[in-house]
Amino acid sequence: MKFAYWPGCSVPRQGTPELRITAAAVCDKLGIELEDLSLAPCTGSGILQARDLVYADTLNASTFAMAEDMGLPLMTICSTCQGVFSQARKRLKEKPDYLAQINQTLEEQGMKYSGNLEVKHLLWVLVEDYGLDEVRKAVVRSLAGLRVAPFYGCYLLRPSAALGIDEHPERGTCLESLIEALGAEAVEYRGKTLCCGYPLVGVNDENSAAMVGTHTVEAKEKGADCMVTPCPLCHMNLDGVQPQASEQRESKINMPVFHLTQLIALALGVDPPDLGFDRHAVQVKSVLDKLGL
Amino acid sequence: MEARLRVRRFDPESGEGARYQSYALEVPDYATVLEVLLQIREELDDSLALRCSCSSAICGSCAMRINGQARLACKTKVSALAVDGEEIVVEPVGNMPVIKDLVADMDPFWQKVRAVEPWIQPKGPPPEREYLVPHEVMRPLADVMACIMCGSCVSDCTVLETELSLGKPYEQTFLAPAALAKAYRFVGDPRDDADAERLLALSRLEGIWDCTRCNFCLEVCPKTVAPMDQILALRRKAIEQGHEEYLGARHTLEFEKTVRESSWL
Ligand code: SF4
Ligand code: SF4
Ligand code: SF4
Ligand code: SF4
Ligand code: FES
Repeated sequence: MKFAYWPGCSVPRQGTPELRITAAAVCDKLGIELEDLSLAPCTGSGILQARDLVYADTLNASTFAMAEDMGLPLMTICSTCQGVFSQARKRLKEKPDYLAQINQTLEEQGMKYSGNLEVKHLLWVLVEDYGLDEVRKAVVRSLAGLRVAPFYGCYLLRPSAALGIDEHPERGTCLESLIEALGAEAVEYRGKTLCCGYPLVGVNDENSAAMVGTHTVEAKEKGADCMVTPCPLCHMNLDGVQPQASEQRESKINMPVFHLTQLIALALGVDPPDLGFDRHAVQVKSVLDKLGL
Repeated sequence: MEARLRVRRFDPESGEGARYQSYALEVPDYATVLEVLLQIREELDDSLALRCSCSSAICGSCAMRINGQARLACKTKVSALAVDGEEIVVEPVGNMPVIKDLVADMDPFWQKVRAVEPWIQPKGPPPEREYLVPHEVMRPLADVMACIMCGSCVSDCTVLETELSLGKPYEQTFLAPAALAKAYRFVGDPRDDADAERLLALSRLEGIWDCTRCNFCLEVCPKTVAPMDQILALRRKAIEQGHEEYLGARHTLEFEKTVRESSWL
């Protein structure tokens, strides 16, 4: 199994380098081969789209063209990247005239996009292509006894039409399925599909921190030992802004937040010192203790 | 087919808090949630309060939270949600005070819509005859005008929910998606000459830059409004017309600059 791999732009590269490292470790352990596309441009993150949609779609079409050139489907490790790609992919697929217009620009760079590339988040790859049975077989350190609260990130769920949730209903519950395949228990709570507040950082920090507080506290009240997210930006907020959320609520929250790939890597036997936990704002020691690590 | 509904009940006169009540009844396979609720009221429990009128997704009065998401009860089939006869949870819309059972107080909703001055404000003398507007300009606005003011988007708006949870009074909260989409309907209308004032007001606190782009309004809107897209269109217009000093605008411009500089296209 082989993918053209978009590791995310400089935001996760600088903000959450542990994601990239653990994604590589997980794919290596599972035998998923990755062809790096690090030179591809930023997805535009939805922000550029709101300024200049044609330009943003052209950038993403160029990334799609690069993957097609390698003859490989494209894999992401960020809910936001996935959402932005999925939306671009839908616009280009549904409007042949639009695709032709964008291809004219790409041609100047000697590129062309067919309109049919598969683009999948690692989470979807594991559930839909790799298969959870295979994941279960690869688990060498079961996470049994651990209660994990899933947090999807808006863009992996909405708008559902672009993300193909109707054709793939399992995409609405894949994170829970994966948590269970690793031996852990998925905690049910309302916050799992809500917004972490990342887009409001620097614009309305009070609201952004309040969102972090709401979700982390709800997870805690439902008895979660930790949260897990397939989105580095959610991680930057839920973990990174948790100290401010604690201050806002005047009580320490202390909810460890894992990247999806860190949780998988743990179950696949990668040792904690190699998972970049030292970069987290909220320490994960309580979780490792519970697992006897 | 058997329909099973778990309905949030609240009666201010009872002096008790809200509670959930379950109902099970035989309904036709094609029944909508609204039809089941009406049947409950006819056959099982005439104390159940709800709002509805058209039964055709036109009047906007039957919005409620069904399985945790705002939907029109008259547009939601039971069979689509309860494939194996699962219980369906029915609650009033969120982000608005509840008057009784499924009936919410829409006042805060209308306050916000009024705050964007939803009427055409031309400047200069009126034309001799009808205003002529180009079809291409009005066509996309028709999608926005299709809003039926049901409040679904406001019910599920993340930012409004967050601010209410922080204890802010309604008047000081985020304008929310329906009113902002309505504002775009006028900013985008060539007959309206108040763009500058509108965009200035909308750029300020609790306006276009406070949306967290969670896509909920887009997801739940039962019509073609796509409120978040209209908010993004307002952001584009505001920047184009020079309202650049706001944090959100500066952040957008900075981001755009970085992408353009670091991309080779
Ligand atoms: S969407 Fe976010 S993480 Fe993904 S490429 Fe852009 S800014 Fe980076
Ligand atoms: S949950 Fe947070 S980072 Fe993730 S997509 Fe939504 S806003 Fe973005
Ligand atoms: S996208 Fe913006 S307006 Fe729409 S629901 Fe989310 S925060 Fe509210
Ligand atoms: S925008 Fe859509 S969801 Fe919001 S009030 Fe109008 S019709 Fe209802
Ligand atoms: S009853 Fe009119 S919209 Fe549902």
